[in-house]
Amino acid sequence: MRIGIDVGGTNTDAVVMEGANVIATTKTPTTENVTDGIVRALRTVVEDSKLDVGSLDGVMIGTTHFTNAMVERRRLEPTACIRLGLPATVCLPPLVDWPDELVEAIGRHTYLAHGGHEFDGREISAFDPDEIRKITEEIKSKGINAIAISSVFSPVNSEFETKAAEVVLEVLPDANITLSSTIGRIGLLERENAAVMNACLRNLAAATVASFKEALSAMNISAPAFISQNDGTLMNADFAADYPVLTFASGPTNSMRGAAFLSNLKDAIVVDVGGTTTDVGVLQQGFPRAAATAVTIGGVRTNFRMPDTLSIGLGGGSIVKENPIKVGPQSVGFELTQKAKVFGGNVLTATDIAVAGGRASVGDQGLVSSIDSILVEHVNEKIQEMVSVAIDRMKTSASLVPAVIVGGGSILINDEIEGISEIVKPNHFSVANAIGAAIAQVGGETDRVFSLAEMSRDEALSEAKTEATDRAVSAGARADTVEIVDVEEVPLAYLPGNATRIMVKAVGDLAGDQ
Amino acid sequence: MKFQITVDDVEAVAIGAGILGTGGGGDPYLESIQLRRELKKYGAQQLINPKMVKEDGLMAVVGMIGAPTAGIEKLQEGTELVRAVRLLEDHLDQKFDAIVIAEIGGANSMGPLIAGLQAGIPTVDGDGMGRAFPELQMSTFLFHGDVEVTPLAMVEAGKGSVVIPTTIDALWSERLARNLATSMGATAGIAGVVMTGKQVRDYCVPYTMSLAFNLGDRVLQARAHGEDVSEVIASSLGGKVQLRGKIIDVFRRTTRGFARGNLTIEGFGGAVPRLEIDFQNEFLVAKQDGEVVATVPDMICIVAEETGEPISTERLHYGTRVSVLVVPGAAALKTPEALRVVGPSAFGYDIKFKPLPGDLPDNGEVFGRGRISF
Repeated sequence: MRIGIDVGGTNTDAVVMEGANVIATTKTPTTENVTDGIVRALRTVVEDSKLDVGSLDGVMIGTTHFTNAMVERRRLEPTACIRLGLPATVCLPPLVDWPDELVEAIGRHTYLAHGGHEFDGREISAFDPDEIRKITEEIKSKGINAIAISSVFSPVNSEFETKAAEVVLEVLPDANITLSSTIGRIGLLERENAAVMNACLRNLAAATVASFKEALSAMNISAPAFISQNDGTLMNADFAADYPVLTFASGPTNSMRGAAFLSNLKDAIVVDVGGTTTDVGVLQQGFPRAAATAVTIGGVRTNFRMPDTLSIGLGGGSIVKENPIKVGPQSVGFELTQKAKVFGGNVLTATDIAVAGGRASVGDQGLVSSIDSILVEHVNEKIQEMVSVAIDRMKTSASLVPAVIVGGGSILINDEIEGISEIVKPNHFSVANAIGAAIAQVGGETDRVFSLAEMSRDEALSEAKTEATDRAVSAGARADTVEIVDVEEVPLAYLPGNATRIMVKAVGDLAGDQ
Repeated sequence: MKFQITVDDVEAVAIGAGILGTGGGGDPYLESIQLRRELKKYGAQQLINPKMVKEDGLMAVVGMIGAPTAGIEKLQEGTELVRAVRLLEDHLDQKFDAIVIAEIGGANSMGPLIAGLQAGIPTVDGDGMGRAFPELQMSTFLFHGDVEVTPLAMVEAGKGSVVIPTTIDALWSERLARNLATSMGATAGIAGVVMTGKQVRDYCVPYTMSLAFNLGDRVLQARAHGEDVSEVIASSLGGKVQLRGKIIDVFRRTTRGFARGNLTIEGFGGAVPRLEIDFQNEFLVAKQDGEVVATVPDMICIVAEETGEPISTERLHYGTRVSVLVVPGAAALKTPEALRVVGPSAFGYDIKFKPLPGDLPDNGEVFGRGRISF
């Protein structure tokens, strides 16, 4: 048995699942102190399902808390960043492209020191412990405790970051340190950005994870707690307290994974129809396809892999215009229940068309009975066409694939969509996020540069796969279930010696969940 | 035509130069942050009209050499190019009057502006490629027999530097410089290809900094006004949109230190033809249903279908939605002498170059500008 919880900005949802069955679900408002909302949601689902909390294998929590803190620039800790790479990297110091108000929130406490490695593992310059000691004394005198440490090519060799952390701890034994090599991939600025964001969120993360645990113990739940990450896999709660940055895109990921699960499909298009927009994503082997371009969080560039979604201006609240027929992108949004005709308003919306066409029964159907049936038909065709075009853009092959429709606006969609094999509208779609959290697996990743002059390609690949597998197991996966789900090789351009960057991702089932 | 580059121009130049990179040349993102910082410090960088340069002026070409993937990790010290310029001046015991851009495509569009700002001399509004190419000898400055790559100065972060006074030929310079760059951490600043103003005037692909700016500026406008960005880019450069679709296969391999490979793009709707594109850092040959539709030195550009954001060969990903644009190369790349160095045969293809109609705009203006009203 598992419980999945989604702590959003507005609602806290919870589900109880036994294997593939959804036993109970609930939606409650999120509370200021987080704990109360979770306790309320937990109490409801535990009572509804008559669950023996002793039989739980785990509680999985998805949250947008840390993303929101970054975006809203609140509860961030003053943070210092030490980068090892002199004499290189001087022209682009840490935080160089951060928005001003975010730099104001954490302060511009950036330091460059000697160290770092070349692409082939040579040292750029020697590590100097005295230099780090001096820097840490200055950080200490400013009363700063959160420190991010980055070093050039640390994904290939993290030795200098580790050494620097040891020196920092001699001077500041309670320092809260984030090493860039533990969270990011190649690309110094983006990896360092992630490390600094992580460092400035650690206090909030510790408090939030403590709230989660408090809620669980208030319910006498002793099962382990996990938090969902960007890629749809889990980390244990204590790990999340140290790496809050890894939760950043977990919301859309959980929603898509939940949709996949509810529909029992591994390869499908997911269409999430909201009030204002429709987001179309692609599931490949049960995981969202990642975006190819750089992603910014709160104005800061990162190299996290985020789900690739296409957003179009179509939703339940989309305003409908005639001559020529146009649906959206303007929407009445959260005012749907006041402004739409079926609710007594005077704005013609996509929801009114769905009701007039007899495909949905919300509001007062009598209020839309006078709408010309030919108009209804044409607008309906337009809506199906908009969704068909969006789906076609996201599909990776011409063959027909199933589409899973979720979200409150899903009443707009009928089976006239082109290019798909079937339309699936699963039950429980409104708590897809919490379900996505509940079903998550555990993953491990590696991203390193190998010199194929020194080892064969097969040796390099197998070393990378072993490393990713080990990381999945140490993150809590059961070893016999771990499989490699993604392998990517990028030969480094313009270089002799066959230097190749290899990225491998492994995932497995959570230990203890049979 | 632009007379100077200011902080407000950097975003547009980065977009335009990224598109002209035809998949190579590196993402100008990091260099554009540095350029903004330098422009804030020094003020605008002056551009010189390549048709009006002083005939007996002395000029040098600058750029970064190495692997873009190393460059995004080992960031520049920020003075590599100006130190290479000073080193070459010391070697020649002469001062340069202006900086010349090696390649306008990709990240190397920015360095010559930064080096000019730091050295206190202007940058010529023109370059040696009108796009990006992978190797030093692939430059319009070198197709005429009276300009050489050497003497060449190379500088790394820190104190390391080298001058290569002479070599056998441009190809040999490329080999030497490539190996030195690798020793320097796969990212080094170079200054070389010393020319008189007259040679720069006669041999460069003119007004390409203006072109990069105008192209990028047009893209920004198109995005703001909800225009079809892919179509805008293609028509601005006198080319066309060959196909809109999804990348359904990417195959990579490394040969002689270069990232080679090919990709397959399938049109939206599935019924339309497939496009296969070979690349070696830059996109080289595009075939539609087995028939060649474009080759080097004409340009094959891949951009994100919705935003027009250029997609480099390193960022090619299965499933990405793209537009493939084919655009005629600069006139100076299509002479018999030039084609020996930058035509399909120079990249190992047994294909005769069939030029696309027209040439890259040679006045720095994008086609159709002024006709579009908002």
